[in-house]
Amino acid sequence: MEWETVIGLEVHVQLSTKSKLFSGSSTKFGAEPNTQANIYDLALPGTLPVLNKEVVKKAVMFGLAIGAEIGKRSIFDRKNYFYPDLPKGYQTSQLDFPTVGKGTLTIMLEDGSEKVVGVTRAHIEEDAGKSLHEDFHGMSGIDLNRAGTPLLEIVSEPDLRNAKEAVAYLKKLHSIIRYLDISDAIMAQGSMRCDANVSIRPKGESKFGTRTEIKNINSFRFVEKAINYEVQRQQDVIEDGGSVVQETRLYDADRDETRSMRSKEVENDYRYFPEPDLLPIEIDDSYIEALREQLPELPEAKKERFMSQYGLSDYDAGVLVVEREMADYFEAVAKTGGDAKMAANWVSVELQGLLNKEDWEIGECPIQADRLGTLIARIKDNTISGKIAKTVFETMVEDPAGVDEIIESKGLKQVTDTGAIEALVDEVIANNPDQVQQLRDGKEQVIGYLVGQAMKLSQGKANPGQVNQLLRDKIK
Amino acid sequence: MIEKTVAELSAALAAGEISSVELTQAYLDRIAHYNKTLNAYITVCNDSALAQAKAADAARAKGDTSPLLGIPLAHKDIFCTTGVRTTCGSRMLNNFIAPYDATVVERFNAAGAVMLGKTNMDEFAMGSSNETSYFGPVRNPWDTEKVPGGSSGGSAAAVAADLCAMATGTDTGGSIRQPAAFCGITGFKPSYGRVSRWGMIAFASSLDQAGPICKSAEDAALMMNVMAGLDEKDSTSIDLPVEDYTATLNDSLEGLRIGIPRQHFAEGLSPEVEQSIRDGLAVFEKLGATIKEIDLPNNHLSVSAYYVVAPAEASANLSRYDGVRYGYRCEDPVDLEDMYKRTRSEGFGAEVKRRIMVGTYALSAGFYDAYYRKAQRIRRLIKNDFSSAFKEVDVIIGPTSPHTAFGLGAKSDPVAMYLEDIYTIAVNLAGLPGMSIPAGLPGGMPTGMHIVGNDFAEAKLLNVAHQFQLNTDWHTRRPAALGKEA
Amino acid sequence: MALDKSEVEKIAHLARLQLSEDDVGEVTKRITDILALIDQMQSVDTENVDPLAHPLDVVQRLREDEVTEHNQRDELQKLAPLSEDGLFLVPKVIE
Repeated sequence: MEWETVIGLEVHVQLSTKSKLFSGSSTKFGAEPNTQANIYDLALPGTLPVLNKEVVKKAVMFGLAIGAEIGKRSIFDRKNYFYPDLPKGYQTSQLDFPTVGKGTLTIMLEDGSEKVVGVTRAHIEEDAGKSLHEDFHGMSGIDLNRAGTPLLEIVSEPDLRNAKEAVAYLKKLHSIIRYLDISDAIMAQGSMRCDANVSIRPKGESKFGTRTEIKNINSFRFVEKAINYEVQRQQDVIEDGGSVVQETRLYDADRDETRSMRSKEVENDYRYFPEPDLLPIEIDDSYIEALREQLPELPEAKKERFMSQYGLSDYDAGVLVVEREMADYFEAVAKTGGDAKMAANWVSVELQGLLNKEDWEIGECPIQADRLGTLIARIKDNTISGKIAKTVFETMVEDPAGVDEIIESKGLKQVTDTGAIEALVDEVIANNPDQVQQLRDGKEQVIGYLVGQAMKLSQGKANPGQVNQLLRDKIK
Repeated sequence: MIEKTVAELSAALAAGEISSVELTQAYLDRIAHYNKTLNAYITVCNDSALAQAKAADAARAKGDTSPLLGIPLAHKDIFCTTGVRTTCGSRMLNNFIAPYDATVVERFNAAGAVMLGKTNMDEFAMGSSNETSYFGPVRNPWDTEKVPGGSSGGSAAAVAADLCAMATGTDTGGSIRQPAAFCGITGFKPSYGRVSRWGMIAFASSLDQAGPICKSAEDAALMMNVMAGLDEKDSTSIDLPVEDYTATLNDSLEGLRIGIPRQHFAEGLSPEVEQSIRDGLAVFEKLGATIKEIDLPNNHLSVSAYYVVAPAEASANLSRYDGVRYGYRCEDPVDLEDMYKRTRSEGFGAEVKRRIMVGTYALSAGFYDAYYRKAQRIRRLIKNDFSSAFKEVDVIIGPTSPHTAFGLGAKSDPVAMYLEDIYTIAVNLAGLPGMSIPAGLPGGMPTGMHIVGNDFAEAKLLNVAHQFQLNTDWHTRRPAALGKEA
Repeated sequence: MALDKSEVEKIAHLARLQLSEDDVGEVTKRITDILALIDQMQSVDTENVDPLAHPLDVVQRLREDEVTEHNQRDELQKLAPLSEDGLFLVPKVIE
């Protein structure tokens, strides 16, 4: 039988605020355990929540970026369950009236076509602490630094049909969140987390199959692997005559498999009700419009601009705008270098190659935008050839010196002195009488060989255009 | 001196007739003598009280004339106090010492009042007789075989027995007003949002409100001047200007429109309590007020709705008591679930557990609409009843409780106990201000008159009560069972 | 409505309360009585009545995003029944 996969993602994003959702404790990552867990975060008796303004702002910005309805009146609810990392015994969340309602996200599929994925909602809630399972005399240790960190939970419609689409959706979400700068969204650090609801159904069937929820997926790569594993598992179960059990499963990256969590979900009854310690958040049109004004240029708009302003191809522009930092980098390079197409080429080929090889973020790269821009400017003004530029580029990774300094100190400056080039050309003509004759006879492609010989003689420093011109002048 | 009102003591301190240290010592002596009998205090702060009194005297010498400077008070043990344990009447918090002050406590400290100690209460404020306290029942100073009412029974008994000049209480369904009625004193529940809830241990967050328990409406006004006001730490604290509640105490009641709800003078009300209230209404008529019967047609549903809303909120509010970060933890738990279950079963008393169970049930899957949402709709009807009534009248007056204080152990059935609050509960559901003032002593036991105002009509209520007290002397009566001085 | 024993046990578990065999009967009876009181609400038609969750008809105030709390771990952990190395200790959490 042919199966169709149905996937919906629930993505938790830690909003990057200085203080927590409901208290004035710091949200800095990596502090000593419980040094950022104060009286409200520890749910001491009599403490009360006060909502952080910045959280609402960031949630609304996200909503505007995905064209969502903004809840004019959003309401917090208590979600009740007992867990040692949940100090109040309830999580303050939003159930019926989230701050962000229905929106959409457009993703690019592998065949280059676009797909619009529905976002059901995005609601504000608080993060839990952490249970550390190292051995404390057979006990667990609880660190509540993370408890109360603001989260935006973004829930997609079950619109995704395979693991690759899920990854594309997640990457697009990541891109928008980084553009808005509302979260660090680093999966490895947990500031972006993804749960996947996965089910399968016979192709053509309109009813959904029983779904499982996969938790603990902490990289883009694992999203794909976990979903693929789970789809295969569900197929095997059904084809063996069994049926899929609705449950929560944990992805184990080391073993590349999903496994059932103790089926505690079955007994869960969260008993949501409106949080009486908080009042409704009202968001009016003027607030929304003011935020809309502040929204940065988003990937799609930037791509359009790159195409029209810099004459980039659809593909090149698309690659450059995925990450806001990369797009900004490109624009800086183009500005300094004075040639956008060359800048696009260098950024997406040489620079991207370097980043991939070294596993660097753009911010960590030792070749800053102004240096790469200068390098391109030197190609443009014929100080160096494109080939020499690659050598300079490699040097720049190790050497923090200025581009001109490197060219100078390594003696890589292009030879443009006509007398010197004439001498080279004469030598090449003298050493290659056969080829010279062939050129005279109209065999055009031989010119490449002759230019190459001249370049070799000059150790790459001669200006190839000038060499070409002089050869033709002298041979004709 | 200790039998005097706060207003009188304030004048005496200002005139130098007595020092705060002398006054504080007199109360501490009386506490030492009578607390064994009454059990009104859970914790007495001898040393820190005297230190505060000394500081108050020093401040006065330097020219500080704050009205409450040097006045000894007691806080209900539901308010967190830095360095002094806060038990909330529960084994769960038997050894809990908060590292912060409730805003109410902070404000009294700033006003120069002297904290004598922390008063007994029903566990987590759940009760109407003060019998659910882990620290044992409080006894009524008028008759020590009777209950003082609850949940602020310790504060009410302490004020009535002159074990403090004034006290704080909290009121979720009548917990200030009913004990005030049973103990023959003045109890005031402000509008929801008027007094900060920060540092006040939550029972039912949308109903809880702190207020004064004291000897006169004038004292309540003096206390409200300190307690009321916006607090940025409590999202439900309202941003409305605070009046000087003493400024309008002497306004004339000429033309005051009083509504008396038919539903509060119906079956279940004891005849002698009814007589006290009707006598009191006659006093108002002499002062130029007009009396009109009104209807609160949904009042009879208030207890039902309350016993969904309050337990539902409480069931979540009390989930934090899990033995992990503070408070009681059971011995040697075998696993996590065992720790939760035994900690909570051993740490909470029967009534608290009952309410947690009821609240959990009302919120659970399949019952939410029939219980919780239904109760919210009833709550709207009750609020609407009051809104309609206040179009026609300025205040609503009736009995605080259907009868005078009952015997210890007399009401073992929870439902019978819940019905004790039949006249007071609707006020909490609607978030209105309400107060109880002494209105008679049938059979030697106090009765309370319940006065209810519209949203944030605190000043009007205090004015009405003060005028009543200028023309009656019920509020000056003290229990004969106890001596005047220790 | 009357509750049966298994429902009471389920609620007790949700609320993380332990009921001894001796208690269950008594608790069931008490709660059934309370539910009977509560069920008086059902006598009124509230079809077109808006629920009222909170007595205040005002909106949430918002706080500036500022760090106002600082490390108080040592003081706060003195309140804990069991702690070590800055962590609160609990019986093993099994995922």
